[in-house]
Amino acid sequence: MDFDLSKEQKMIRDEVRKFARKEIAPKAEELERTGEYPYDLMEKMAKLGLMGIPFPEEYGGMGGDWVSLHLVIEELSRADANFGAIIDVTTSVVGQELYVFGTEEQKRKYLIPIVKGEKIGAFGLTEPDSGSDAGSLTTTAELQGDEWVLNGTKQFITNIGLDNASLVLVAARVQNEGKGDIISTFIVPKDAPGFELGEKYRKMAMHASATHEVILNSCRIPKDNLLGDPNRGFAQHLAVLETGRISIAAMAVGVAQACMEEALRWAQGRAQFGQPIFNFQAVQFKLADMAVAIELARNMYLKAAWLKDQGRQHAFEASAAKLFASEMAEKVASDALHIHGGYGFMEEYPVSRYFKGIKLLQIVEGTSEVQRMLIARTLARQ
Amino acid sequence: MVYQLNKSQKEIQKAAKEFAKGEFDKDLAYELDKNQEFPEKIWKKAAELGFIGMHFPEKYAGGELDVLDNVILAEEFCRKDSTIGSALMLSAFASECLLRFGSNELKEKYLPKVAEGEMLSGAAYSEPDTDAAFDSLITTAVKDNNEWIINGEKSYVLNAGMAGFYCVLCHTNGDQKTSLILVESQRQGITVIDKGEKLGLRMTATSDLKFENVRVPLGQLVGKEGNGRKQVQSVLDESCILIASLALGTAQGAFDRALDYVKQREQFGKKIVQFQVTQHKLADMVSKIDQARAITYSAAQSFDAGKLDVKLACMAKLVACRAAVEVASEAIQLLGGYGYMTEYEIERFYRDAKNMEILGRAPTHLKDIIAATIVGKIK
Repeated sequence: MDFDLSKEQKMIRDEVRKFARKEIAPKAEELERTGEYPYDLMEKMAKLGLMGIPFPEEYGGMGGDWVSLHLVIEELSRADANFGAIIDVTTSVVGQELYVFGTEEQKRKYLIPIVKGEKIGAFGLTEPDSGSDAGSLTTTAELQGDEWVLNGTKQFITNIGLDNASLVLVAARVQNEGKGDIISTFIVPKDAPGFELGEKYRKMAMHASATHEVILNSCRIPKDNLLGDPNRGFAQHLAVLETGRISIAAMAVGVAQACMEEALRWAQGRAQFGQPIFNFQAVQFKLADMAVAIELARNMYLKAAWLKDQGRQHAFEASAAKLFASEMAEKVASDALHIHGGYGFMEEYPVSRYFKGIKLLQIVEGTSEVQRMLIARTLARQ
Repeated sequence: MVYQLNKSQKEIQKAAKEFAKGEFDKDLAYELDKNQEFPEKIWKKAAELGFIGMHFPEKYAGGELDVLDNVILAEEFCRKDSTIGSALMLSAFASECLLRFGSNELKEKYLPKVAEGEMLSGAAYSEPDTDAAFDSLITTAVKDNNEWIINGEKSYVLNAGMAGFYCVLCHTNGDQKTSLILVESQRQGITVIDKGEKLGLRMTATSDLKFENVRVPLGQLVGKEGNGRKQVQSVLDESCILIASLALGTAQGAFDRALDYVKQREQFGKKIVQFQVTQHKLADMVSKIDQARAITYSAAQSFDAGKLDVKLACMAKLVACRAAVEVASEAIQLLGGYGYMTEYEIERFYRDAKNMEILGRAPTHLKDIIAATIVGKIK
């Protein structure tokens, strides 16, 4: 057994840590407040190759592994979770789905610009009436001559509102003569006729990673934009979400780590009752619990990513890491706020931003409840 | 203690509910929260109807009602909207000092203005480096003929910049003794220092105040000279009941919204309320809310009966605020992605709940106080 990161993994983690600390962290508060999209920083991330870590060099990627990508997600999220979210969607989920299921031509056309960070991808599964029960989606696709015609509404679509977003991968129902319907996945370019970008959602936080509604109003795309096996569109979509779960766990660890560091720094610097508040047992124990939870969650996401790199089953590990990490992060953020007292509520201190952002992680890529359902299912199968 | 609302309490509850339903507008709340603005029009109307300072004596334009009545009002207001409700109920935050300790002249002059919606009041106790015992104050008030001259800085002053007057905790005459002094906001030498964006309770201003040679008449001393710290501790103990009731309403409001949602939302071919996990979540939420209500009402009742039970008031705040944070968090969870969107309001309740938990007495300090009443002072 070996818990050490490889030389390459350490190198990229340290490089991104430095980048995130120097470039992202100082702007995080402003980005969150203004809700402006961080195009300049995304460009810098692209230059470092961060959007394409796990993809082969022939597609513009780094030829790295999933462990490295997730170390990077943790480090970015430690500075600003919005950046973890952007990479989760575009690389772990969309990039992977194109890479694994796309034809050579689709990869050349759609994957490479995403891997290079010139374009950003979005993922379309959720609908107004189809959330946890993703299989109940009602968006339809119908082949008319050389084109698919899609109709429906996809909701809570992260990234699609960015100017450089190029496409959304849409799961839609297709009538399959006499055999009922199947769910297939389609590459829907943002400039396709009938593609409408709906309103930007007003969220609690995470304003710098845009979330929009997407309306497909007789949206026409070429016949060749069907992705993968038409009978297995839903399974494909769910398969990449498994990786998305590892990414959310890494994000949660990054934010929780930032919370703990802020709380520790505050506790050591803030004097009350004639001494640093760190000296109080109540504060020390809170910090100790934070450190334990973060360490556990970090090991969990790294193990899931490592299993993925080994080509082994990791459905349980991905769900468990996501569930545990997102829930512990809420507690860590909450306690970090307590340690700050009244100061914690002011945006001058980043903990209030962390607290608001972290709640989202218990919802995206399958809620905590969905993770428990999936985990129970894996138990029943064993 | 079993709580059963009597007829007049039920009437207050009904009136509060109707007022909130008629006046607290969801879109307005979104805008005010976003821009950190006080709900001025609603406040004026609430004051007209006698909802502000309801527990003040009649001669000060109050309703001569009980603390429990005020708790019921706060609960109903926050149930409908945690941010508007809190802003209204905290609009008179420094008036308690005046009510409990102020001279008749000061009470006559200011309490009616508070109750009638003419002015907000702000509590200026904390300083950047003070602790919960207010041991290291730098703000001083020095006697000069028939005036106090005040210098110093106060932090996290509720309603700062909006208030008509502040109750300011100062060292008086340089010794270790402290006193409370009423300072009108239009006096020369007061600067409001904006603290920027905050997490929750965003319709209630929280800013710092700087006092530079601010002069007020000696008669504006609130209570006894030298008793400032003690008086502040006592109103902060008392405020635990009010903040607990804000939290109670916030928890109930988040719960109401989640319950409505799970009853109509269908997934996997049935209403999500039909899932056992959903039902058990609801059971846990409602249990927490009922615990919070029982202890908060009980703290208010015992205060109305004669004496503030400090331990009970602190426990009420601890329990009710925790309930609010946990219930709101679970409510967001039940709504899934919708829960994170402002449209469904619960995210705002969650932020407010978290802010209430730290407002006034923070949990660590509450536990210190509760423990001290059990084990006595440890030498």
